Amino acid sequence: MCGIVGLFLKDKSLEPELGAMLTEMLVVMSDRGPDSAGIAVYRGADDGQVKITLQSPDPASGFDGLAERLGAQVTQIDTHAIVSCAPGEAAAMRDRIRAMPELRVMSQGDAIEIYKEVGLPRSVAERFDIPALQGSHGIGHTRMATESAVTTLGAHPFSTGADQCLVHNGSLSNHNDLRRRLAKRGVTVETENDTEVAAAYLTWRMNEGDNLGAALEAGIEDLDGFYTFVVGTKTGFGVLRDPIACKPAVLAETEQFVAFGSEYRALVNLPGIDNARVWEPEPATVYFWEH
Amino acid sequence: MQELDLAQMELRAMNAALQSQETGSNLRFEILNPRGAHAVAVGLDAPIEVTVRGSTGYYSAGMNQQATVRVDGSAGPGVAENMMSGKVVIEGDASQYAGATAHGGLLVIKGNASSRCGISMKGIDIVVHGNIGHMSAFMAQAGNLVVLGDAGDALGDSLYEAQIFVRGAVKSLGADCVEKEMRPEHLETLARLLAEAEADAKPEEFRRYGSARQLYNFDIDNAGAY
Repeated sequence: MCGIVGLFLKDKSLEPELGAMLTEMLVVMSDRGPDSAGIAVYRGADDGQVKITLQSPDPASGFDGLAERLGAQVTQIDTHAIVSCAPGEAAAMRDRIRAMPELRVMSQGDAIEIYKEVGLPRSVAERFDIPALQGSHGIGHTRMATESAVTTLGAHPFSTGADQCLVHNGSLSNHNDLRRRLAKRGVTVETENDTEVAAAYLTWRMNEGDNLGAALEAGIEDLDGFYTFVVGTKTGFGVLRDPIACKPAVLAETEQFVAFGSEYRALVNLPGIDNARVWEPEPATVYFWEH
Repeated sequence: MQELDLAQMELRAMNAALQSQETGSNLRFEILNPRGAHAVAVGLDAPIEVTVRGSTGYYSAGMNQQATVRVDGSAGPGVAENMMSGKVVIEGDASQYAGATAHGGLLVIKGNASSRCGISMKGIDIVVHGNIGHMSAFMAQAGNLVVLGDAGDALGDSLYEAQIFVRGAVKSLGADCVEKEMRPEHLETLARLLAEAEADAKPEEFRRYGSARQLYNFDIDNAGAY
């Protein structure tokens, strides 16, 4: 089991509420996964800055003097820090971060920020003040660990490409083979986790020219196992279930938003849900929306 | 009519109130604010009428006996699982394995049912006004599955003696499931079930599927495969 929620806003007037709505949805899913929780939020895509989300197991020393060491603006929130820089400086910034082994990169992109830690959704959301975050879309996950250890790095969402993230309910059976196949193509996967392999696979497909929908279509052929995936990109939001489709999923759409929940009860407080189109996504069928 | 409001009371207290009704009590209840909760109106054993105003989560009306439960919304996975008798009506859609392993009673789904509808059914009658998903009636042993819409892949895989009636298209039949002739007694059964399920369809529009009974005994010609 795991719990997934997602919210893709069409109505900009809801953007100030994104973090609060996502948090409430994820907290309802707490009993689907008590091990770790995480949220990816997309915001500020047009401010001309690249954001790198960092995590440190020991933030007191890990983030000490980080702004000076990196020569960039750093905003620390608990165990995470957002480094902002001009797009042209991002590659050099990543090189500097790579030389600091006490820091882990959670995500990088124009819009994405990822916050994830061991613990229940309520505590993780409060640590990072998620309810105060505004944004255009976001994805949350609460994990019941199966394929790798209960650690921050094993928590979802996983981000393997700029502004991309993926969360997963299920388990993949061919992730070791796929990890080796991706390595031959120069794609590295940081952890032992099966979900990160799926994220890296989609990143590889999109680097080859696929859009999110085409990458997910290719995944139906190449990914073996049980999965309900929810995927975010800078402007897009996608859902895919495996052909057996035993991992639950509910989608809801109104003129204001598209929402995903592992169960309907995650969606009951959304505005206008009583008049939303609510349905169970079909097996092996790609759903995606773009801004 | 007695109202039980899940915004005001715990789920267990609500179920306990319904379960404590005496046989023959013939009472009516309305459950408010289900908000997708799990296990709503489970384990009932009296001829009471329960209407749930909203959508439910996992296993609503499970293990039902005698009671009539109507969900005025959609139902999550495993609705009416292991029902023994009585009637369960879902006004909206039902998620996977609706009516699983159920021994008796009637389950009516006014919308669509998703995958594994009627899996291992053991005597229940299920009428779905819309479509059903893949692997429905998998290993179904007894009872009737009636579908006014279409059926997904692998319908009736490894079927025993349950009967399946489909009005629309069948994407594919599962192992050992075949189309069979519609005889007068089947049309009679269908007419009765359609009437009980408030379904506007004619028995003559359906096709019947059942077990070819080729998996009941081991075929010695297949020994080489093991």
